Amino acid sequence: MKRILAAASLLALAASPAFAARDQIRIVGSSTVYPFTTTVAEQFGKTSGMKTPVVESTGTGGGFKLFCASVGEDSPDFTNASRAIKKGEFEDCAKNGVTDIVEIKIGFDGLSLAQSKAAPDLGLSKQQVFMALAAQVPDKDGKLVPNPYKTWSDIDPSLPNVKIEVLGPPPTSGTRDSFAELVMEKGAEKFESLAELKKSDAKAFEKVWKSMREDGAFIEAGENDNLIVQKLQANPNALGIFGFSFLEENAATIKDVAVDGVKATYETIADGSYKVARPLFVYMKKQHVDVIPGMKEFVAEFVSEKALGEEGYLAEKGLVTLPGDQLEKVKATVEGMVVLTAADVK
Amino acid sequence: MTEVRKGLIAKRYATERRFRIYGATALALTALFIVFLLADIVIKGLPAFTEPRVKLDVTGAADKVDAAKPAAGDYEAIVREALRARFPTVSGRAERRKLNGLLSQGAADDLRRMVVADPALIGKTFPFAALLSDDADLFYKGRQTGVALTKGATSLQFAESGEAYVITGDVAGLSPGQIVLVNEGALRITGIANGAAQAEALARPVTLNPAAAGGWNIMTLAKPEADRRISDQEIIWLEELKSEGVVEKAFATRFFTSGDSREPELAGLRGALVGSLLTVLVALALSIPLGVAAAIYLEEFAAKNRLTDIIEVNINNLAAVPSIIFGLLGLAMFLSFFGLPRSAPLVGGLVLALLVLPTIIIAARAALKAVPPSIKEAALGVGASHQQAVFHHVLPLALPGILTGIILGLARAFGETAPLLMIGMVAFIVDIPKGFESAATVLPVQIFLWSDLPEIAFQSKTAAAIMVLLAVLFSLNAVAIYLRRRFERRW
Repeated sequence: MKRILAAASLLALAASPAFAARDQIRIVGSSTVYPFTTTVAEQFGKTSGMKTPVVESTGTGGGFKLFCASVGEDSPDFTNASRAIKKGEFEDCAKNGVTDIVEIKIGFDGLSLAQSKAAPDLGLSKQQVFMALAAQVPDKDGKLVPNPYKTWSDIDPSLPNVKIEVLGPPPTSGTRDSFAELVMEKGAEKFESLAELKKSDAKAFEKVWKSMREDGAFIEAGENDNLIVQKLQANPNALGIFGFSFLEENAATIKDVAVDGVKATYETIADGSYKVARPLFVYMKKQHVDVIPGMKEFVAEFVSEKALGEEGYLAEKGLVTLPGDQLEKVKATVEGMVVLTAADVK
Repeated sequence: MTEVRKGLIAKRYATERRFRIYGATALALTALFIVFLLADIVIKGLPAFTEPRVKLDVTGAADKVDAAKPAAGDYEAIVREALRARFPTVSGRAERRKLNGLLSQGAADDLRRMVVADPALIGKTFPFAALLSDDADLFYKGRQTGVALTKGATSLQFAESGEAYVITGDVAGLSPGQIVLVNEGALRITGIANGAAQAEALARPVTLNPAAAGGWNIMTLAKPEADRRISDQEIIWLEELKSEGVVEKAFATRFFTSGDSREPELAGLRGALVGSLLTVLVALALSIPLGVAAAIYLEEFAAKNRLTDIIEVNINNLAAVPSIIFGLLGLAMFLSFFGLPRSAPLVGGLVLALLVLPTIIIAARAALKAVPPSIKEAALGVGASHQQAVFHHVLPLALPGILTGIILGLARAFGETAPLLMIGMVAFIVDIPKGFESAATVLPVQIFLWSDLPEIAFQSKTAAAIMVLLAVLFSLNAVAIYLRRRFERRW
C-alpha cells in the first residue's frame, strides 16, 4: 500500500501546474531559416547573458499555425518563414487575437539545381525544366498529354542524351512550394496554350504546374538536403534541387546548373539576376515584447551589421543578405516595430 | 521400389541442404550489413572525438582585461593578437580577417574561462591552446584536399616585379596552381611564359636568394582552390603551424561537456544526454509502477471475462501503434488540455511512458506466467493469502523477466524521436536543461537535427553522436542479458 501511495504522490507532484513565467524566447517555423535563426540565437545567448532562445524546426506552415494559435506565454514569440505570410494565415492570427505582427525580411535563399562535378556542364531554361518534370505537358497542338519525355535530348536535341532524373523535396517542404512557383509556373507560362489556360481557368493551370511526374523522373528524396547531395555524388546523371547554402558547403563535389543562363552565386542571387530565389522572413509577435524578456534585444542582434551585414556571420552561414537600402528599411521596421496591416498581406 | 525411395531421400536431403544454405546466406548478409553500417559510422564518427588546437603564447594585457571584472575582457582580441604574432608578415584587413577565421569562436571562450578561474594570469604571458575553426579542423583531418610536398630538383632564381614575382631557371617542372616554398615564403605560380614563371606571394619570402636543387619545395594541392572551402593562403598558414609543431590534436572533451551549437567544432552532446536522462527518468518512474501493477492484476487477480479479454487485446494493439500517434496524444492531452510547457522532459517522459507501458505489461505478464503454478499453490497450501502468495513468492521469481522487459522498454524510449516532434522537443537548445520543466532535447533528436545542417563538419558529429547512442543502447541490452543470465531460474 505504501508503495502505491508513493507512486500516486509522485504522479500528483509531476502534474501540478505550478510553472514560473516564461523567461526564454521561443521560436518555431521553417527548416530553411532554422540554420540562420539558431546562429543568431546562439550569439544572443552568448553575448546578452540571457537564456538562449529555443528554436524549433516545424516547417513554415506548421510555424504559422503555432504562432497564430494565441497570445500568451504558451505560444511562440517568433516564427521563421521561407515565404511571406498568407492572407488566410494573417486572418487566422487576427481571429485568435494575434493582431500585432512585425515582419522582418532577413535575406534570400537561392534554390539551386545542381549536379555532380563529374558530369558535363548543363544549362536549362525554366521551360525545359517544366517539360522535364511536369506530370502533364502540352503537345504540338497545345493539348495536355502525360509527360512523354524520357531523356533530356527528347526535350531539346542540344541537351545530352541522358535519362531525366531529378531528386527533389517532398510536397510538405517549403522548398518544393518555392521551386514549383519559381520554376514550374514560370516555365509553364511560356507555352501559349497554358498561358491561355491561366487566363480562362486559373485552377486548372495551377494543377498543371503543381503536379510533378510520378513515373520515376522526379524522385522525392526527403526533407534532408544532405541526402540529396550524397545521391548526386553517387549518380552523375541525376540533378538535385536544394537550398543554396548546401551548394556552397559542398562545392567540392557538386556544381550548379545554370537556369535561363544564370548560375546561382551569392552575387547573382543578391542582385536579383538569378530568378530562382525567394526571400526569407522572421515574424515577431509584438504583443509579447513587454512580457517575454529579451525580445527587443534579440531582434536588434538579428538585424545588426554584425549578423545581417554583408560580411556578417549569417552571410558566412550561407544566407544571401539584403542589399544595403533594403537592410536599412528592415532596420527601420524593427526600430519602429511597424506592424503588418491587412493591406500588406497578399 | 528402392529406386523411388532413394530418389525421395536424395530430394529431402537436397531440400534440407538448400534450406541451410538459405539460412546461412541470410545470416551472412545481415552480418555484412551490420558490419558495413558500423564501419561506416565509426570511420565517419571517429574524427569528431579529436580537435586540433594551436599552442599560442597569449598575454592577458591589462588594457583588454579588467582585473576587477575578468569575465568582461576582450579575449577574442587577445587570442587573435597572439596568432597574428606568429605571422608578422600578414597585413591588410582582408588578410587579417582570413587569419582570424582560422580560430574558432570557442578559443576566446576557453581563454575567458581560464582567466576567470585564475585571475593571477592577468598581465602575464602564458601558453594557451586555441581551438581552430571547423574548416581548419577538416583540413588537418584530410577532408579538404590532399597535400603533396616534393623537393625541387632544379635550381631557381627569383626576382620581384611590382607586387608579383618572377621565377627563372629550370621551371619546366612547374605548373600554374602549384606553390613554391622557398626562403620562408610561399609563391603560387600564376602562369609560365618564355622559360619564366609568374608567381604571386601567399607569404612573402624573406630574401630573394636563388635556391639550389633540394633547397626548395613544391606543394601540390589535389583539389583546385575553387572546389574547397579553404583557400591556398589558409593552407599555407596551417601547414606552417603544423611544421612548427605548435598544432596539437587533443581529445574533444567538449563533445561531452557542452550543449548544442551552430559552430560544428563547439557543438556537444551534454544537453541531449541530460535531456534523454530526464525524459527517460520520468518515463520509467511512471511506467514501471503502472506497468508492473497492471500486469500483476491482470495475470493474478482479474476475473477472466469479456472485459479483461478486451483489455488484453487492446494492450497488445497499443504495443503496435506507431509512435507518432502517442506524440499527437501528448500534444492534445498534456500540452493543450493540461497546459504543460512545450519541449519539457516532463511531457516527453509522459508520452514515452505511454509508449513503453504496453511493452512492460506484456513482458511482465509473460514473466509472471512463466513461474510454475506449483509455487503459488504451495504457498496457498500453507495458508498464505492470495496476495501474500503473489507478492512473496511469484513476483520475486518473475522479477528477472520483468526487469528484462523494463530494460527493453527503456531502450525503446531512448531511441524514439517521432513522438517528441509533436511536443516541441525537436528544437535547437543550447542551454543544458536544469530540470524537468526546462526546454530539452534528446539524443536521437540531436542526431536528426545535426544530420540536416549544411556544414560538412556536422556529418562527422552526427556519426559520433550515433556512436554514443549505440553505446548507450548496447550497454542497456547487455545489462538486460546479464540480468537474465544471472537470475534466471529454469524449472
